[in-house]
Amino acid sequence: MSLSDTFKTLTKPAHAVSGIGDKISELPRVSRWSLVALFIVSLYLMPWWPEVPVLGWLVDTPGTSFEGVITDKVVIYVLVALGLNVVVGLAGLLDLGYVGFYAVGAYVVGVLSSQHANLPWLVCVPIAVAVSMLAGVILGTPTLRLRGDYLAIVTLGFGEIIRISANNADWLGGSRGISKIAKPPNIGPLKFGILDAKPYFFLGLTVILITVFFLRRLENSRVGRAWNAVREDEDAAELMGVHTFKFKLWAFAIGAAIGGLAGTLYAGKVRFINPSNFPLQLSILFIAAVVLGGTGNMWGAVLGGAVVAWMPERFRGFADKRVFVFGVALVLVMVFRPQGLIPRKIRKERWLANWKPSQSGDADSGVSRG
Amino acid sequence: MSDWLIYRTFWDLTVTGVALGSIYALVALGYTLVYGVLRLINFAHSEIFMVGTFATLITATNFIGIPLLEEGNYPYRTGFTLVAILLACIVGGMVVSGAGAVLLERVAYRPLRGSGEHVGAVVLAFASVFTASLIFTDHTRLNLIIGLIGTAPLSVLYLRIFRRGRQAPRLAFLISAIGASTAIAEAVAIWSPRDREQYQTPRVLEKKVLFEFLGTEVRIDYVLVIVGAILMMTALVLFVNRTRLGRGVRAVAQDVETAKILGVNVDFVILITFLLGGVMAGAAAMMFTLVYDQTRFNIGFLLGVKSFTAAVLGGIGNLRGALLGGLVLGLGENYGAAIFGGQWKDVIAFVLLLVVLMFRPTGILGESLAKARV
Amino acid sequence: MKKTRLVRAAALAVSLAFVAAACGDDNDSGSTDDTTAAAEETATADTTAAAEAAAGGATCAEGTSIAFFGALSGDAGNLGQNIKKGAELAVAQFNAANAGCQVTLKDFDSQGSPDQAPALATQAIEDATILGIVGPAFSGESKAVNPLFDEAGLAIITPSATNEALNDNGWKIFHRALAGDDKQGPGIVAYIQNTLAAETVGVIDDASEYGKGLADIVREGLGDKVVASDAIDPAAADFSAAVSKMKEAAPAAIFYGGYYAEAGKLAKQLRDAGVESTLVFGDGVKDVGYIEAAGPAAEGSIITCTCADGGSNADFAAAYGKQFPGETPQTYAAEAYDAANAFLAAIASGAADRAAVLAFLGTYDAAGVTKQIKWDETGEVAGNAVYSYKVEGGAIKVEGLIG
Repeated sequence: MSLSDTFKTLTKPAHAVSGIGDKISELPRVSRWSLVALFIVSLYLMPWWPEVPVLGWLVDTPGTSFEGVITDKVVIYVLVALGLNVVVGLAGLLDLGYVGFYAVGAYVVGVLSSQHANLPWLVCVPIAVAVSMLAGVILGTPTLRLRGDYLAIVTLGFGEIIRISANNADWLGGSRGISKIAKPPNIGPLKFGILDAKPYFFLGLTVILITVFFLRRLENSRVGRAWNAVREDEDAAELMGVHTFKFKLWAFAIGAAIGGLAGTLYAGKVRFINPSNFPLQLSILFIAAVVLGGTGNMWGAVLGGAVVAWMPERFRGFADKRVFVFGVALVLVMVFRPQGLIPRKIRKERWLANWKPSQSGDADSGVSRG
Repeated sequence: MSDWLIYRTFWDLTVTGVALGSIYALVALGYTLVYGVLRLINFAHSEIFMVGTFATLITATNFIGIPLLEEGNYPYRTGFTLVAILLACIVGGMVVSGAGAVLLERVAYRPLRGSGEHVGAVVLAFASVFTASLIFTDHTRLNLIIGLIGTAPLSVLYLRIFRRGRQAPRLAFLISAIGASTAIAEAVAIWSPRDREQYQTPRVLEKKVLFEFLGTEVRIDYVLVIVGAILMMTALVLFVNRTRLGRGVRAVAQDVETAKILGVNVDFVILITFLLGGVMAGAAAMMFTLVYDQTRFNIGFLLGVKSFTAAVLGGIGNLRGALLGGLVLGLGENYGAAIFGGQWKDVIAFVLLLVVLMFRPTGILGESLAKARV
Repeated sequence: MKKTRLVRAAALAVSLAFVAAACGDDNDSGSTDDTTAAAEETATADTTAAAEAAAGGATCAEGTSIAFFGALSGDAGNLGQNIKKGAELAVAQFNAANAGCQVTLKDFDSQGSPDQAPALATQAIEDATILGIVGPAFSGESKAVNPLFDEAGLAIITPSATNEALNDNGWKIFHRALAGDDKQGPGIVAYIQNTLAAETVGVIDDASEYGKGLADIVREGLGDKVVASDAIDPAAADFSAAVSKMKEAAPAAIFYGGYYAEAGKLAKQLRDAGVESTLVFGDGVKDVGYIEAAGPAAEGSIITCTCADGGSNADFAAAYGKQFPGETPQTYAAEAYDAANAFLAAIASGAADRAAVLAFLGTYDAAGVTKQIKWDETGEVAGNAVYSYKVEGGAIKVEGLIG
């Protein structure tokens, strides 16, 4: 990739929408906003989706509680995918140990609200997010100088180090884990009880919407453009005066913070965590969610996270074969839709216009040298 | 742990560490070869290893007919019979793993590279129909029949889509590999006779002490593993350095475009690369069953992660690096586990990696498959 | 919203229970738990009721069910399969004997992961036909879902979660069909000290909640006699660091806290390295899987368990072999059988809702396959007998009571 190409990428708007998105953005302002509002309302009505005729048959999870699945898994995976998308999709850093940050968030809440102190959940959350962010900086500072796949294996190691340390540190509850974690405080009509999952779902969805809003602003800012440049060609970006290390570290820290936030939600809902909640396989599943949805596209990450969390539960009818089905589905999606379910537009254009087989210097291609 | 114990077990740990390191190294070669040529982490390589252990098991029990136990004792063999059985097992492992790796390349990778691919289309078509049929029936035989019937029309369709010839982004390869890895391991867990239970492999080699080395008894199985690994590695290095095909591999590793211009058949070279990696994993699989006598559907995952770590430690894309990385990792883990306790074994491995990469960002020996100094 | 539905279902069930109670014989019972008066009335709880049920003639509402909750797939799926089979046998026997009361066994496959368990528990709770849970199988998932079951008043009897802290949580729905680790641990210590008279002991664990918990009790109990101690990573294949350590220390006995698959690998590697110590294990190893994995290396190993031998009760073993041709009861199958039978006795006694079943369990006292089943107020099974088993001739044979 030449310098001028990089420049073109840099000058293009960072955020791009897919086909439907284009049409929506062409609509008059009033209809656009009412569409968005309608969409958000329908999301809040998700716990009742199984009761809608056709949609219900499609989404319901026979054999397990749909409400429980969307609260315990979908919300969490979507949030995690959003965070990981910042690292992998926006900044182009392959992180195979993202579960580590998720674990840090959950454990901070566990330690502060049950194991060693009795702080309320709401107080724990900002602390947990800050600690996760700090963990991101601590891991990132020495390792972000590494390139591509070296970073992947180091982050993978980090995730395992976190899990094994938690498993062997009695101070963190060891393999017994931490139970009786504080739950979120009641907010008006929202009563966070034990059996009803809906309040937790509404809380999680709200957190996701806020995160999406925040990330949209970020993507379109100077930081977002810098990430774009780093991802497309790090050397060129550095030459053009982008302080690549600083922005990579930012991506890592923001991603870690969102991962930690997801951990706090999980801990507040299930109120029990132990190290086996955070296996290495989960990191890999998270990466799969981001790529499946469409690397670098926020809506893709949301969709990917939801699909990866929901699919194995939807197909409980397959019983012990559902993991196999999931594996085959991953291969098929990648073969037929390698850009993910909702591809990023910029890349698509560039890719169609410039792509030559094994073009050297294209960081995204499989055959060439990065 | 008390210091005297570590001191006294030092040479013991060295021998076992080198043996385990040799297995890591052989598996790491697969990662390193594919990475050197394609610049991608072949995540499903661990399952190629797992399949190899099962191939060894089937060769020994089904083809040769060795029972697990004979009158309550191990079915030991000696002399020529022993050598023949061991050779048959290693060949079985190498053939199946090699074939598996080639198939994996054609099914999970080549369609993403945008080359029209018959085998991939057929296998993927079968997998799609077979998986879809699971919705309707749970009789494996019926699933197979439906799968086979549906394969023909669907594979034609798939092939058409493949012919559009698009290069997928790099991460897509990784996810495709993860999917393939999950599917292979789960398929073994679901459709093998003992499901998710551990399998025992018959022990034909009596694990006698061969000689004493600095006061440590060295067992024959360890010696065989170490010698075997060195032989396999030497053969591989000779192949890559001395043969025409090997030159092709190095050429593609260095520059795909130029290699193409010079008349190298890139797709064929990639296939050879996978084949070599698979064969090494198959040999490692046989050695693994020789020492540990067992396997399971999920045996590959952790070993794969460790071997990949070994490859990066030594310098990924570098054949000698894989050997060095494997040995350093095997020894480091063993010593570390003895000092800090076995529960920290994996942490030690990753911290070791972190420290090495801190000072040598491209591994101990650096990346160099292309540079011909393998 | 869901709560109101639940309450309504419960009310309906309670009124049904009244009818049932009016027809059945009214034995007064001293229920220990705070349940409704109606439930207390229905809770007939003596062994004769259970015996009557076994003899047939019990009636219950159509669709009445109990559920298995635990891993049926995934890495630990085989343990759950054993448990489910034990419960399945009990239900099949009950249904054959009681034409008027056909109970179904539903299953909830958690894969042993606390991640999926809460949603499954919610589903089980929303299904008003489920009157009791055999499970959750593991301690980890128990901690994640027992609060939910407790809130819903759905009684559970776990046939396998032995973590000693589980019954300290004040869950009124919690029962277990076997003794906790805090009872097994001292039994192991006593066996090593008295029966084996071992002066030097090595202790290894698998860093899991169960394995480390048990190993720590043994370490504490044996004190200075522990000359070497280590942990292994159960996911790994090679345990040479721990093996080398044991080889150098050469203790008279080695205790390993963990499950059977790793115990088999460990035993083999220890024997291969020339370690001659007597191997001692906890109940997680009591499975033919251990013998298969260790082969001749298993010979002479000692396994302790708070369970009586499921295979030794001839009637149970015969019935099991009939239900699942060619199979013998594996670890926790007998406990699951006892657990399911307790629920079935409750259903036969006329308990038609969750509160009534729970009240019935509080006063349940019947001879099970494994032991006399009677629970104290924390749900701990009465009595703390620990049995020892020895591997001889490729089979796990009972030695007798420890103590």
